Amino acid sequence: MRAIAVSLIVAVFALAGCASEQTETSPTAGIVAPATTGPAPGSVEEFVQVVGDRVFFGFDRYDLTPEARATLEAQAAWLQQYPSVTVQVEGHADERGTRAYNLALGDRRATAARNYLVALGIADSRISTISYGKERPAVLGSNEAAWAQNRRAVTVILSGAPTS
Amino acid sequence: MRSRRPIARDYADYIRGFGGATALSRRSLMAGGLGAAAFAMAPAVLSRGAQAQVQQAQLQIDITQGTFEPLPIAIPPFAGGDARGAEIAQIITANLERSGLFRAVNPNAFIQDPESLVQSPRFADWRVIDADAVVAGSVSPQADGRLRAEFRLWDTVAETQLAGLAYFTAPDNFRRVAHIISDAIFTSVTGEPGYFDSRIVYISESGPATQRVKRLAIMDQDGANHRHLTDGANLVLTPRFSPSTQEITYLDYNGNQPRVFLYNIDTGRREVLGNFPGMTFAPRFSPDGNRVVMSLSQGGTTDLHVMDLRTRTSRRITSSTGIDTSPCYNEDGTRIVFESDRGGSQQLYVMSADGGGIDRISYGEGRYAEPVWSPRGDLIAFTRVGGGSWGIGVMRPDGTGERMLQEGYQLEGPTWAPNGRYLVYFASGGGGARLRGVDVSGRTTWDVPTPQDGSDPAWSPLNP
Repeated sequence: MRAIAVSLIVAVFALAGCASEQTETSPTAGIVAPATTGPAPGSVEEFVQVVGDRVFFGFDRYDLTPEARATLEAQAAWLQQYPSVTVQVEGHADERGTRAYNLALGDRRATAARNYLVALGIADSRISTISYGKERPAVLGSNEAAWAQNRRAVTVILSGAPTS
Repeated sequence: MRSRRPIARDYADYIRGFGGATALSRRSLMAGGLGAAAFAMAPAVLSRGAQAQVQQAQLQIDITQGTFEPLPIAIPPFAGGDARGAEIAQIITANLERSGLFRAVNPNAFIQDPESLVQSPRFADWRVIDADAVVAGSVSPQADGRLRAEFRLWDTVAETQLAGLAYFTAPDNFRRVAHIISDAIFTSVTGEPGYFDSRIVYISESGPATQRVKRLAIMDQDGANHRHLTDGANLVLTPRFSPSTQEITYLDYNGNQPRVFLYNIDTGRREVLGNFPGMTFAPRFSPDGNRVVMSLSQGGTTDLHVMDLRTRTSRRITSSTGIDTSPCYNEDGTRIVFESDRGGSQQLYVMSADGGGIDRISYGEGRYAEPVWSPRGDLIAFTRVGGGSWGIGVMRPDGTGERMLQEGYQLEGPTWAPNGRYLVYFASGGGGARLRGVDVSGRTTWDVPTPQDGSDPAWSPLNP
């Protein structure tokens, strides 16, 4: 358990280094520096705050960036550690598109994230997908910073992990 | 000098090459539909001697260097001493002015009082205040509890009756009578079918954008008789009216599974449509009401499927690796327009209703989405995104004659009025969401009032 936590932290710093080298304004994954008293291992909070529950996409794109792949790899490692956990990947789009198209685009993004988790060995049956299109933005605002945070796939734990 | 031409022809000019070639048709107000038992109305044409029951309009309007001058019309309170008489006149006035084709003469200028107008119009009294037409109406309670409303539309210059009808209705149904009379006046003067006796279903929105509550809601086209149909527990989107039944098809996230549903307006009954292995969305009825065409997303690709509502069998009609969505039938159900990114970006395509013979029709800059075929078949409305122009536009079904009607950030979701000459869409740029209307020339606009924010409007057919 301890060893895994350490390796995750290493992955976190590697990710941060990766992000800082990019000149694009893509947001960093929702990662916070591990504190001495972090979330309980195996909890929803650990998944969201330490592993990172979301990946981000370019405008009108659904291919996974290197940064997104790293986050999904950390998610896969965590999901393998806690095999009773089931998740739903939510696909989202920014507001700069029409209703129906963004629903389909959100489906593409959720599917891209799910397919990568499956490729990393997570059972298909543990992962469902849903698209919200542009209906559930993470942040308000009509600017690139807001749009970048809203073009996302969020892995939401449905069951099998406690909230601390 | 005033140019002297029938207003119907000027209206065709006003539609600028889009309506001119289309035969002008009149909705017969003698048709049985108005006498539907549910509304207990019995229309009767009020004739004057041997004269034609409803004359073709002889009114004339000013056309000066391409500008359109609305027809000045006087609409006094309906006579008869009933309190609803004034309200009926207000509803008719608001409808006709919103159309952009009429200008109501200020009631303060009226010389002849409503009671004597109903007995016998003094045309000179109306000509002198520049009213080219005057509506002489009365409303009175009957012994059986019903309300009797009647009107005559007079041409004050020719001194002839253009239209006249009487209705019996339940007293709480008087707004609908006002809309039917509005349609009769609109048709008599413009030669175009009316559209006022209709409703709009839409998504009523409240709360912050990150936790938006969305509810199915329905109202008359002027915003009256508003009611919510769902409670907001589920996210709901894109309602569409059935052309033949009191049903709506829409997207409902019931049970965290986005699926196309049917909703019965009369009974409130909801049912999921089909059992598809993925998200179904963007539904739309066929013109005969027997089929629903929709998108199915599965494994990252989105194709179009048609479900027969009688047999509940469905079949896929497109297959591409791209996103095929926002399908809409043409007026006779033989063709479908839809948007697809199969060529690299969102564009509009037309095909036969079984999926054959796909032709791209949009070629301008930017992305094209949400095509909606006019109920009269002559135009396709769409949302255009990017390319220096975000907004609502129209083009002919072959892709020619593209023009933007309204532009601005995040204008989307056009829906046609039943006469195919007006559109309602929604504007959500800068937060919030509002329903707005525009005529097919792009010159007349109006705000559609809603109690809360509104999006995804769908205009009904004329009420049955």
